[in-house]
Amino acid sequence: MSDFLTQYAFLIVPIVKVVVLVLIVLTVDAYLTWLERKVIAHIQARWGPYRVGPHGLLQPLADGVKFILKEDPLPANVDKAGYFIAPFITLMLALTSLAVIPFGPQHFTIFGYETHVGIADVNISLLVLFAITALGVYGVALAGWASNNKYSLLGGLRSSAQMISYELALTLSVVGVLLIAGDFSLRSIIDHQENGNLGLLGWNLFGFSKDGIGFTQIIGFFCFFLAAIAETNRIPFDLPEAESELVAGYHTEYASMKFAMFFIAEYTSMITVSCLATVLFFGGWLSPFPASWTFTHYLPSLLLIPSGVWLVFDGIRYETIFGRIMLPGVGAVLALLGVALVLFPVVNEAIQGPFWFFAKVFAFLFFYIWMRGTLPRFRYDQLMSFGWKFLLPVAIANVVLTSAFILWRMH
Amino acid sequence: MTGPVIIFFVLAALAVLGAVSLILQRHPIHSALSLIVVMVALAGLYLLMGAEFVAAVQIIVYGGAIMVLFVFVIMLLNAGEEERTNFSKLATYAGIPLAVATAGLIAAAIVRSSAGLSSAGPNGTLTSTKTLSMLLFREFVYPFELTSFLILVAILGAIVLAQREN
Repeated sequence: MSDFLTQYAFLIVPIVKVVVLVLIVLTVDAYLTWLERKVIAHIQARWGPYRVGPHGLLQPLADGVKFILKEDPLPANVDKAGYFIAPFITLMLALTSLAVIPFGPQHFTIFGYETHVGIADVNISLLVLFAITALGVYGVALAGWASNNKYSLLGGLRSSAQMISYELALTLSVVGVLLIAGDFSLRSIIDHQENGNLGLLGWNLFGFSKDGIGFTQIIGFFCFFLAAIAETNRIPFDLPEAESELVAGYHTEYASMKFAMFFIAEYTSMITVSCLATVLFFGGWLSPFPASWTFTHYLPSLLLIPSGVWLVFDGIRYETIFGRIMLPGVGAVLALLGVALVLFPVVNEAIQGPFWFFAKVFAFLFFYIWMRGTLPRFRYDQLMSFGWKFLLPVAIANVVLTSAFILWRMH
Repeated sequence: MTGPVIIFFVLAALAVLGAVSLILQRHPIHSALSLIVVMVALAGLYLLMGAEFVAAVQIIVYGGAIMVLFVFVIMLLNAGEEERTNFSKLATYAGIPLAVATAGLIAAAIVRSSAGLSSAGPNGTLTSTKTLSMLLFREFVYPFELTSFLILVAILGAIVLAQREN
């Protein structure tokens, strides 16, 4: 048995990692919809989902069951091949793009096979991500065209035009980071941002570094994040599905699981973009504190224990009996996890990287939702002139500035 | 058969099937999608030969930019399905023999130079992006810049041609 495992570890380990990551991502997607509804509800002074489970915590589960059980009608005169392939393309590409993102610094060996946190460590991971983004437009465009519906077609056309326009700014905005790091690999881009006691000042966003070649990438980050929001079709750039003009845009004719696939793909690309912003500009898994401040390693426990205790005390006063059991239970688990991290320093050290990575990713996801609750949608001509006349020149200016600075520092 | 060889044949079959489907499909969008399959399969083949940068660029430029433009234009013009006509006499009597002759010529050339072609198989080495850019921007910088200038001229020409209509 162990012989077999050693021989085929190169095949088994990645498959297990893929399955685990997909399960995690799908769960996170589901709870992201819950978080989005809750946050927007509170921005608009409402309660949001509250009926299914305590604080609506089982709402994603109910939504999932609903998506599976709903009828999936085939509209008349659709282009069948395109209609069926489109949601699969969209979801497949969205999930594939997560494969090249490194989530933590560790390398470990299983059955003689050396592996790391993340699925694939490719030399050109950034280019792979852009290649997948470039293909992403087909899912949306094809869905819009194949549905045989004028609203869908308009949504599909808008989306292809928007994605072509913003892809340029998106690609150019990261050139500054590439110039500083000198490598396409996301792992080495993060490693390059590690500057010991500089802490968060060493991140590409601020651009201080020991060798003095760094240059602040605030402009690059600004361009990257705006273009990325446009690429993921989120507010304020959600014109492909502008519900006040196009019913639901490219997925008007989709129901049941096929609609859910577009939905999951949208949230997965939000996660990918947040991960990418974290890696490129915010130091990935690096802690924002100087390396000598080892007491900051207790921060995960410091977050987990009070929130767990608070959940226990808040939960026992909940209206329903189920809530009075579930909320204190979750709280107790969180508090115990925090205590366990204090008791086992080895585990605590190991989760430092992933902790900071996911904290930053969560901040970006929250920002996404916050924007949805705050900003109105662009008009179409505004969208185009913003992309071509503002974002693209600014991104090019950033490339010129950064390369000039690096040239000056090198001589 | 080893892993890379199996992957090679899968990708090669995908590329050929995509190319055949490109010709046989009656709807322009389906043809365009078949062409995308060919592009992606070719990118996979490049990757298999260790040219990772070329593979990524193949997908970004051909699969992404150029084919999106094709699909966009076809959708915008709302091009319908093409009607199948009877093959013309010229195609039957001149086209098919010509096609067979061309295929035979190519096959003969490949068989003759098979010794030289075998070295292009999967050898597991990666050409780093750095090496490639050193070549492009140091050794061949003038041809490279001239090509980009040529493309710029072509874009300007296209704009001028489009403007003349108004």
